Amino acid sequence: MSIIQLNQVSRHFTKGRQKVEVLSDLDLEIEEGDFLALMGPSGSGKTTLLNLIGGLDQPTAGSVEVAGRQLVGLSSRKLAQWRSRNIGFIFQFYNLLPILSARRNVELPLLLTRLGGRQRRRNADVALAIVGLADRAGHKPGELSGGQQQRVAIARAIVADPRILVCDEPTGDLDRETADEILDLLELLNREHGKTIIMVTHDPKAATHARRTLHLDKGSLVREAA
Amino acid sequence: MLGQIFQITLLNLRNLPSRLGSSSVIVVGIGGVVTVLVAILAMAAGFSATLNRAGAPDRAIVLRGGSSSAELSSTIDLQRSQYVATLDGVRLASGELYTVTDIPKRATLLPSNVVIRGVEQSAFEVRPELRIVEGRNFTTGRNELIAGRGASAQFLGIDLGATVELRQSEWTVVGIFESGGSAYESELWADLATAQSAFRRFSLISSMRVLLEGPGAIESVRGEFENNPAVDLSITSEEEFFRNQSEFLTTLITGFGYGVALIMAVGAMFAALNTMYAAVSIRTVEIATLRALGFGSAPVVISVLVESVALALIGGLLGAAVAWFGFNGYTVSTLNQGSFSQVAFDFAVSPDILITGIIWALTLGLAGGLFPALQAARMPITRALRGD
Ligand SMILES: Nc1ncnc2c1ncn2[C@@H]1O[C@H](COP(=O)(O)OP(=O)(O)OP(=O)(O)O)[C@@H](O)[C@H]1O
Ligand SMILES: [Mg+2]
Repeated sequence: MSIIQLNQVSRHFTKGRQKVEVLSDLDLEIEEGDFLALMGPSGSGKTTLLNLIGGLDQPTAGSVEVAGRQLVGLSSRKLAQWRSRNIGFIFQFYNLLPILSARRNVELPLLLTRLGGRQRRRNADVALAIVGLADRAGHKPGELSGGQQQRVAIARAIVADPRILVCDEPTGDLDRETADEILDLLELLNREHGKTIIMVTHDPKAATHARRTLHLDKGSLVREAA
Repeated sequence: MLGQIFQITLLNLRNLPSRLGSSSVIVVGIGGVVTVLVAILAMAAGFSATLNRAGAPDRAIVLRGGSSSAELSSTIDLQRSQYVATLDGVRLASGELYTVTDIPKRATLLPSNVVIRGVEQSAFEVRPELRIVEGRNFTTGRNELIAGRGASAQFLGIDLGATVELRQSEWTVVGIFESGGSAYESELWADLATAQSAFRRFSLISSMRVLLEGPGAIESVRGEFENNPAVDLSITSEEEFFRNQSEFLTTLITGFGYGVALIMAVGAMFAALNTMYAAVSIRTVEIATLRALGFGSAPVVISVLVESVALALIGGLLGAAVAWFGFNGYTVSTLNQGSFSQVAFDFAVSPDILITGIIWALTLGLAGGLFPALQAARMPITRALRGD
């Protein structure tokens, strides 16, 4: 059974009177344990597609089934709860809370669980160790490099042990070398920890870290690359 | 859910110090409202406290005419005063002449009304709280005055040992008295007979202060006056007398205070709205990230509200502190409508007034935070994440 299944999904936006068809009649199936790179020109709808998979947005039409749950029609409260259990988000600009230490940032998703304070901190430290930042737990984002901040963000994404990681240009703001380290880390999470990863990227080299690559073009077409 | 609210609110509050600078508009605006409100309410409270303080429960005022008449317009002749002094229920009576004259104020040099009260020894017996604190009492038959502490502070030339001209006669200030902060402290006192001849009010007095035998005595005296309409006298307990006098002005000051505070509050609320919209928009991405992670919108709304209320509270406390340290005990004087004389009084900042000020601050904070909070919670996460 595939972990992500999109059937005949359309997403339109209306800007004033203008109707923008970003995705139309899109089918997509992703198996558990896959590492998918999603490429395509700017404005082709990559983020829009990622938002649908991550349960941040609802399609105009079609069905979105992720981690065994039909997301279409779920209330925003149900969706929020579902996201906290099933999805880890990784953003281009890390989106860490500047006033919180790395450990506190990583701990955030655990505030939505029943775990006590001590257990939360322990789990946060484990996640930080996995991304190789055990010694920076007390630092605030401003005291860390871009690559280190993205590692903190990855730790935050995995701390609640979701099955799926959704990454929107995770290396878009990093230099080549740092980007490769981050991509190696994602690969590790995919291979060793069994995370299913969907990663949007503009960088063909980044895509080589994935198991397969999909191209999104003209906002509607998904075709598998060779 | 409660846990979430608590955690996010805690987060926001920890954020607060770093945003105090950019949020100072709220703090200062609301602080200003509270300062003005507290100061004006304290003024009203101080005024009514001063007038009420003069009232003793067993003391009453006898005036010619209805009970609404004022001391200045009342005239009592010798026959009537003897009649009052011998009534059942009256333990002690003090006939007093009440006149008003102009003396320049120290602060403005503009002439203002001051009361000159002509009294006999009995006036002091009726008011045991009154003490001469500097100099001595006036001597019968001489043009000598004693001045209340407030009158001496307010009026030019009312100094111990000084000579002043009052209504074309010369008077020497020989003593300063206090009476527990009551309205009498704003008056000048002289010997009754001397004042009567100096002001050509031969054998006439204005009013009588009477000490009553007991709680029921005032009713029996009142009944006596009613049975005897020809004397045309009325009796009012001192407490009620001063309350009536202060009522009008207290209402006026309080109404004015609330009016000014309301106008400022509208301004402060827009400032708060603005600041909170800015604070929320700066954190659009932060809030959207939290919501993407699975935090609900209720915690977001509440945390924004808590933040604006916390800022308002800081402003309110600062404003209250300014009012407290700046005005509490500050002495001013005002024209008392009832007696057409100056009454010196202190601003009385009481816990009640401070609480009123703080409640205003909290209300403004809540109002200023509500719309930005709702906006933050309603914004679609996907749009907020893109930062627009
Ligand atoms: N909330 C929205 N309202 C209106 N239009 C939107 C909205 N979100 C996205 N769009 C439009 O949909 C199109 C696709 O946007 P999307 O962000 O998915 O593109 P993308 O492939 O991620 O581009 P990029 O590579 O630049 O990130 C764009 O034309 C965008 O303007
Ligand atoms: Mg995008």
